[in-house]
Amino acid sequence: MMHVNFIHVLSLFCKTFMIVFLIIFCSAFLSFVERRVLGLFQNRFGPNRVGWFGSLQLIADMIKMLFKEDWVPLFSRKFIFIIAPVIAFITSLLVIATIPFDKNFYIINLNIGILFFLIMSAVSVYSILFAGWSSNNKYALLGAVRAIAQTLSYEVFLGFSLMGVIARANSFNLICIVNSQKYIWNIIPQFFGFLTFIIAGLALCHRHPFDQPESEQELADGYHIEYSGMKFGMFFIGQYISLIVVSAIITVMFLGGWNGPFFSGYVWFFLKTVFFIMFFILLRASLPRPRYDKILYFGWIICLPITLLNLIFTAFFILLI
Amino acid sequence: MSIQYIILAIFTQIRSIFLTMKHMFAKRETRLYPDHSVYLSPRYRGRIVLTKNPDGKERCVACNLCSVVCPVSCISLQKSQNKFGRWFPLFFRINFSRCIFCGLCEEACPTAAIQLIPDFELSDFNRKDLVYKKNDLSILGTGKYHNYNFYEKTGVYNQIDTSTKNSAHSIPVNIKDLLP
Ligand code: SF4
Ligand code: SF4
Repeated sequence: MMHVNFIHVLSLFCKTFMIVFLIIFCSAFLSFVERRVLGLFQNRFGPNRVGWFGSLQLIADMIKMLFKEDWVPLFSRKFIFIIAPVIAFITSLLVIATIPFDKNFYIINLNIGILFFLIMSAVSVYSILFAGWSSNNKYALLGAVRAIAQTLSYEVFLGFSLMGVIARANSFNLICIVNSQKYIWNIIPQFFGFLTFIIAGLALCHRHPFDQPESEQELADGYHIEYSGMKFGMFFIGQYISLIVVSAIITVMFLGGWNGPFFSGYVWFFLKTVFFIMFFILLRASLPRPRYDKILYFGWIICLPITLLNLIFTAFFILLI
Repeated sequence: MSIQYIILAIFTQIRSIFLTMKHMFAKRETRLYPDHSVYLSPRYRGRIVLTKNPDGKERCVACNLCSVVCPVSCISLQKSQNKFGRWFPLFFRINFSRCIFCGLCEEACPTAAIQLIPDFELSDFNRKDLVYKKNDLSILGTGKYHNYNFYEKTGVYNQIDTSTKNSAHSIPVNIKDLLP
């Protein structure tokens, strides 16, 4: 009996390690893929010098990042300064644990799966706040203030846009949610929830056009202006991890997760996630960054009412049936 | 903000996304420079060379005009004289780390000795390697002006160039004519 238990624990450990490693590798590799795809959209080549079509660019970047001076400013609050990128990295990585990649392929089956995602996205605000405040730099602080205002106002309907889905599935559990989409994917009955979730998700991972916190042109680099070396790398990769997480959550919530004909579950999940990642890159290539107050205005005046209406109508139809 | 405005705004966004997506299938505009060499027009102002006359003799007469006109003062040369009395530069240096490739030296040069050619591959690892000496600057050919020989145009009589007949000398000057 002991023996079986040990093997079980070992296999669980291996699976967890594999998933986490895969996600980290994918998000690091995404930094290369994104540049190539952006090049495709903008009629240029991305990095294409290192290796076959630039495939070794990731290693070159890694070497560069590792050998950069990892400087902690003398005027900063050291502990908070160092802890901030760790929070940014960990919060989105933890969400991976709840995402079901296939019927039986997930790290943990949480009953509050989607709540966990919302919690972690709320906690990720701290990383920005800490980074911006502890850097003791005006630009960093301004970037952090912007980022927090944006994240807080978009988090409101980040949750609301998912409520329709949760009401339909009658559960917070991600696996139950996928199972509830056996016959029709949530993207059709929950179309407005889907739209607003995409917008809020973009804002959550500070992607263009919601890259207010970084906005290089006005704020130099926003909240991570003082960061260098591996600490910057953690912010950088953390952003890509949260991009993957948001895409995966969209897949689970609105596109029926692993459901799909012909192929096995992983393939469908992978394809759908990659589709959304590519869509986000396309958005980055095509949309300009709106003015700061317009973003807040858009969030509160347009998106929030839409999500609330969506929720009301969903509730109405559920009660009707 | 009217409803019409909002809907229009949303549609322009969707349109711009669609237009960007269409560029996926368009040709890439980047020139892969080191793999494919670029074509530069003959008037491109790149590397500076010192050219020779059609008869293979040095064109530069060390008049210092290029050095004077150079806005960043990166040309330095010293005049010397050979036994026939002809001037030539003893040394001629251009500091390419300062040169802005404005081409004023080429404009100023009366003998068409100094010329800018379409070659921009000048990078180097050491700054001192960018100071080009006369040896580095001189080329064997005539550069852009194949038939131009300064001593054919000038009225100056010069012993070494007696082989080439001075065109200005061969035509007698009509002192009563007003035409140039
Ligand atoms: S190109 Fe301009 S800057 Fe360069 S040497 Fe000639 S005059 Fe000087
Ligand atoms: S290169 Fe031309 S302008 Fe310069 S010293 Fe020689 S003859 Fe004069």
